[in-house]
Amino acid sequence: MSWILLALVILVAGYLSVTFNALVRLKQIVANAWKQIDVQLQRRHDLIPNLVEAVRGYMQYEQDTLQRVIEARAKAVAATGVGAKAAAEGELTQALGRLFALAENYPQLRANDNVLQLQEQLTTTENQIGFSRQFYNDMVMRFNTKQQVFPTNLFARMLGFHPAEYFEAPVAAREVPKVDLTLRRGSATPAPPVPPGQAEDAPRPGS
Amino acid sequence: MTERVDFYARQAANRRWTWTLVLTFLVLAALVGLAADLFVFGSYRPGAGGFPIVSALAVAVASLQSVNAYFYGDRSILRALKAKPLNPMGDREERELFNIVTEMSIASGLTPPKVYVIDDPAPNAFATGRDPEHASIGVTRGLLEVLDREQTQGVIAHEMAHIKNYDIRTMTLVAALFGVVVLLADWSLRSLRYGGRVAGARRAGKRGGGGGAAGILLLLTILLMIVAPLLSRLVAMAVSRQREYLADAGGTEFTRNPLGLARALEEIASHHSPLKRATRGTAHLFIHDPLERKLDNREGFWADLFSTHPPIEKRVQRLRQMAYVG
Repeated sequence: MSWILLALVILVAGYLSVTFNALVRLKQIVANAWKQIDVQLQRRHDLIPNLVEAVRGYMQYEQDTLQRVIEARAKAVAATGVGAKAAAEGELTQALGRLFALAENYPQLRANDNVLQLQEQLTTTENQIGFSRQFYNDMVMRFNTKQQVFPTNLFARMLGFHPAEYFEAPVAAREVPKVDLTLRRGSATPAPPVPPGQAEDAPRPGS
Repeated sequence: MTERVDFYARQAANRRWTWTLVLTFLVLAALVGLAADLFVFGSYRPGAGGFPIVSALAVAVASLQSVNAYFYGDRSILRALKAKPLNPMGDREERELFNIVTEMSIASGLTPPKVYVIDDPAPNAFATGRDPEHASIGVTRGLLEVLDREQTQGVIAHEMAHIKNYDIRTMTLVAALFGVVVLLADWSLRSLRYGGRVAGARRAGKRGGGGGAAGILLLLTILLMIVAPLLSRLVAMAVSRQREYLADAGGTEFTRNPLGLARALEEIASHHSPLKRATRGTAHLFIHDPLERKLDNREGFWADLFSTHPPIEKRVQRLRQMAYVG
């Protein structure tokens, strides 16, 4: 009888330690993926002032849009926590998208090598943010699923694990997960400039 | 949502292939050595004793070559293709490629591979290495010039899927171990067909009075002729068309954009110039057959058995279905 009990205890202990290790590993991956996003966001924040300076001379009549980008950046830099960051960065993405849509109207910009280089830098940063978000969310899903399946759900909390938060873009930004900001030479039809204030994509914080 | 690729199952399958390929190579070397022992040097006779010295030597050399292929196969392939390291600070196309590779390594969660450029106008790309920490991606200059950003991203994602799958290990071993054998088999068949040289060597050997080098040559030729069909069958199984479909699906999981790769494949297929430095020993590494062989466009049992690449239209069709526009 005691043998059976002993075997049972060993079995349960073995199962617990395997599950615990798997959860720890996933938690590390999630934490690492989050850091990866943070690095990309930092890079975007660093690039934006350069870009604004580079285009300011050409886009004198778009001060509003430029101002919006600068403000959105300031808000994003100040944000803390997964949810708040996601919302602020979403606004910044939209502001940038608008800036680049308007930039299509300025053919001089397409001839400026410095601007083109900055644009490629920002394009890749935008993509890298998108892909690191994608990777982060995939890993969060795996981590959370692992905690919520039976029988792990019975003791995941006991072992000190909590579901991680998804990095979710605001509703308006969700449709465009990847951005191509490179100016297509010639072929693209320029977007008609929208009068400031009537912007249809006015960001709603927290939505 | 696209179909999920089970990367872990593919990794396990490729680890099995590693062993199969290396063991086959060792057995092949032992067979060649044993034949030489028995018929050329007479150093070993069943029942009569003696030590099969040539077999032992052959297996030793083959083991060394296997280790060498495993650790340095990627380097010899890159050298054979004249691939040069990418300059991340180079011209616009080069900077863009560097950025795209970074994006894809983030999407796949892998360490960024080393990137190489081949100076050839034929658009094509390949990956090699032994695991994700020791991986390289090579693209031709033509690919950079012909494809736009989205298309290049699709191609790089396809290569990253090969890396994550450990396909690169199997493919590199095939090239490094059997590429030479396949070439030798080709060569021996041709030299037999055109007669002269081998027969002449044999007569010279006879006059010289012992078996020696000419004998080994003849023996090798005969052995290769027997083994070559079996080998090319094995190699074809190792590099089956299925891998390309799976890498297409895997790449889509990284970009979430099947149409980018679909458009890239269409563009690549519309250029018909073969890649100059690619050979039958390395053709299976590429995203699109660099030799432009006719068999690739066929379907059915034999094509599935021997072709290394599926028909482009089939791949494009599958990708478009993933995007719900097929």
